[in-house]
Amino acid sequence: MDDSILQMINSTLRVSTPLLFAAIGGMISERSGVINIALEGIMLCGAFTAAAVSLATQSAPAGAAAAVLCGLLVAAAYAFFVIEIRADQIVAGIAVNMFAAGATAFLCKILYQSSTSTPSLALEYRFQSAPVWMAGGVVILAWAWMKYSPLGLWVRFAGEHPEALDSAGIGVKRVRWFAVLLSGVLSGMAGASLSIFLASSFTRNMTSGRGFMALAAMIFGKWKPIPAALACLFFGFSDALQIRLQGVVLWGSEPVPVQFIQILPYLVTILVLAGVVGQSRAPKALGLPFRSS
Amino acid sequence: MSFAVEFKALTKTFNGVAANAGISLKVKKGSIHAIVGENGAGKSTAMKMLYGTYQPDSGEIWVDGKLWGGRSKPWSSPSDAIHCGIGMVHQHFMLAGTHTVLDNILLGVEPIRKEWKYLPIPNFLKGIDRTRAAKRLKEISQQYGMAVDLKPSVETLSVGLQQRIEILKLLYREASILILDEPTAVLTPQETSELFLHLRKLRDEGKTILIITHKLKEVTSLADRVTVFRGGRVVGEREIQETNEEDLATLMVGRKVNLHREPPPLPALRKPVLTLKNVSLGTVRKLRNLNLQVRGGEIVGISGVEGNGQSELLDLLIHPQHYSKILSGEIEILGRPSNALTTREIKSSGVGVIPEDRHKEGLLLDRPVRESFLLGLHRNAPFSRRGIVSEEAIDKNAKKAIREYDIRPAHAYARCGALSGGNQQKWIIAREFHQTPELLIAAQPTRGVDVGAIEFIHQKIIDARMAGSGVLLVSSELDEILDLSDRILVFYEGEIVGEFNRGEASEKVLGLRMGGAADL
Repeated sequence: MDDSILQMINSTLRVSTPLLFAAIGGMISERSGVINIALEGIMLCGAFTAAAVSLATQSAPAGAAAAVLCGLLVAAAYAFFVIEIRADQIVAGIAVNMFAAGATAFLCKILYQSSTSTPSLALEYRFQSAPVWMAGGVVILAWAWMKYSPLGLWVRFAGEHPEALDSAGIGVKRVRWFAVLLSGVLSGMAGASLSIFLASSFTRNMTSGRGFMALAAMIFGKWKPIPAALACLFFGFSDALQIRLQGVVLWGSEPVPVQFIQILPYLVTILVLAGVVGQSRAPKALGLPFRSS
Repeated sequence: MSFAVEFKALTKTFNGVAANAGISLKVKKGSIHAIVGENGAGKSTAMKMLYGTYQPDSGEIWVDGKLWGGRSKPWSSPSDAIHCGIGMVHQHFMLAGTHTVLDNILLGVEPIRKEWKYLPIPNFLKGIDRTRAAKRLKEISQQYGMAVDLKPSVETLSVGLQQRIEILKLLYREASILILDEPTAVLTPQETSELFLHLRKLRDEGKTILIITHKLKEVTSLADRVTVFRGGRVVGEREIQETNEEDLATLMVGRKVNLHREPPPLPALRKPVLTLKNVSLGTVRKLRNLNLQVRGGEIVGISGVEGNGQSELLDLLIHPQHYSKILSGEIEILGRPSNALTTREIKSSGVGVIPEDRHKEGLLLDRPVRESFLLGLHRNAPFSRRGIVSEEAIDKNAKKAIREYDIRPAHAYARCGALSGGNQQKWIIAREFHQTPELLIAAQPTRGVDVGAIEFIHQKIIDARMAGSGVLLVSSELDEILDLSDRILVFYEGEIVGEFNRGEASEKVLGLRMGGAADL
């Protein structure tokens, strides 16, 4: 029994890892006033890049570094559209997500002659537990940084009252650029921890909504790092539970069909978003482009 | 004589229209200098050039005897102005409500913790030394006598305190020249006099203060010197001793202005249009035992410090259905009990409303003005026939109203939010007077509106009364109440604590009653 609890904790932490990276990334972006539903797409790009580069270099850290760089680039494109050209953030985010879905599948086909997945990575070229520790570190750093550093304060003001930040002599756009790029870096890492940590290859659309789940966790956590991280662990737990319940006979003689079990994490997300979130309050200037007068 | 600020022939043009045409002015060090002018006269543009928000097309700005700004040495941004010791309190406060007072003040000039000083990372990633900042702020607030609690989040504080935080923000940045844009527009009379006390103290400590306003009474009571803007030019500069309100108003508007307007004697009173009997609201007692009546042909003024139940009363009159559960007593509007009426029925039965907050409740700011004209009239002929809106009718009537009410810009498709406050208010009045109301509920009808428009709006209210309308006027401007009202009711904590007929009350008496003093 003890063993199965430990296993459950272990697998909860593991499946929470990508959510943690993405949720913290999303939180930083949203606190600066930029909605980032592009998380999903950036994660997907990161997952593919990590798998491809790890295969080529036979090194997980190299794969992760490449994923982070890829996240940075995609986020830069997104930032350019929403911050500089003031494109609608939802529409631009959807565009990034569609681009990512298409581009990764396309490159997968070109590079590996397979439209579904990249070749499997050997175990020694994958991460064993490092991403879990990194995710924990990121949460704590993000918390301390938001609370205690000037830049953290600026990010919060950029999302709450950008004009105040501007009149204090600090460029709102620069702060938002920084926040979106950082969220790209973290989402890239989230993708890497999907493809070269939890799995052994990139598969088509492997994020399957985890970017949105991370956003849900962040909203559930009221745009604050520690509560958002707890929400991620909660979602992670429901995912781990789902994996564990597959094929288990709960009642009667037949196991519950696996498709129903797999609904669990998404069901939890919907319930949480519909039920609890009403009380949380988004940054005031969220989604509003800044135009200096 | 040294000057803190000197403008030399500043010009700024937007899309070919000169907002400032050759502005020259001198501000003495250690003085309070008022800039007055109607909306759109170019006051704000000039101040924004001083603050670095706008760059002038030509001309020079001198600060403390040194050339700053202007063509040869343009300011790129407010941060240059901040470095030069210039600070600005904007009309809309630059404060984030969810953050603490302290964080709002130290934003952008965060002191770094000593133990982090030599860490090889950029300063903006190090720890903020909030203790040190708080200590310095304590010293500053003591020096200038402006006490403030640093811990609560800003949104929990009153507007007056928020403004104090804005001023402290500038002092924390060691600004020596303070620009205040319409600082009293949102303040209660008490808060205003407190602000003036602080400003005088700041002046005596050597700060230079530039105050933009259109409230002439405040100019004469506070400023040392005043510059008058009109149409993007400086049309006069006076020492305060050598001028008065009438003189300044004439300069501002360019013609003689009737500052205080007495309505002609009461016409024969008609039947009551609004009656409240023993009206109380809820358990929190926002309104207590109100009895009042407005008859056709009279103006009943409700004065009081804001937040003493006026807003609740207004909302109750317009949306009685929201309060059906917590309301006791009876309200009759135009002879009908109001609890049976919906807002739509009230509006269409001949009630005109000038809402308290015209941006939230009166206008579609992001839409063309013609659409705002339709609000509340959208079901009426000729604007709508069988549920289909007639563009032609809107255009025709909007254009007619623009002419009649002299709305500027005179363009039915101008964005409503681009109009000045005075023009927006005139537009609301144009709409509400489209069918002469039997009952006019006018809440803060001249808030944030300049002298010329005030005169016009007051005339319209008097016209309505002469046409037999009953007017319920709610205002925190004592002058307005005293000039217009045939009867004055004073609100204090949701109760009527005083009732005066025209001529019975003075400003002083009203002020005392508004503050809750029972007997004099």
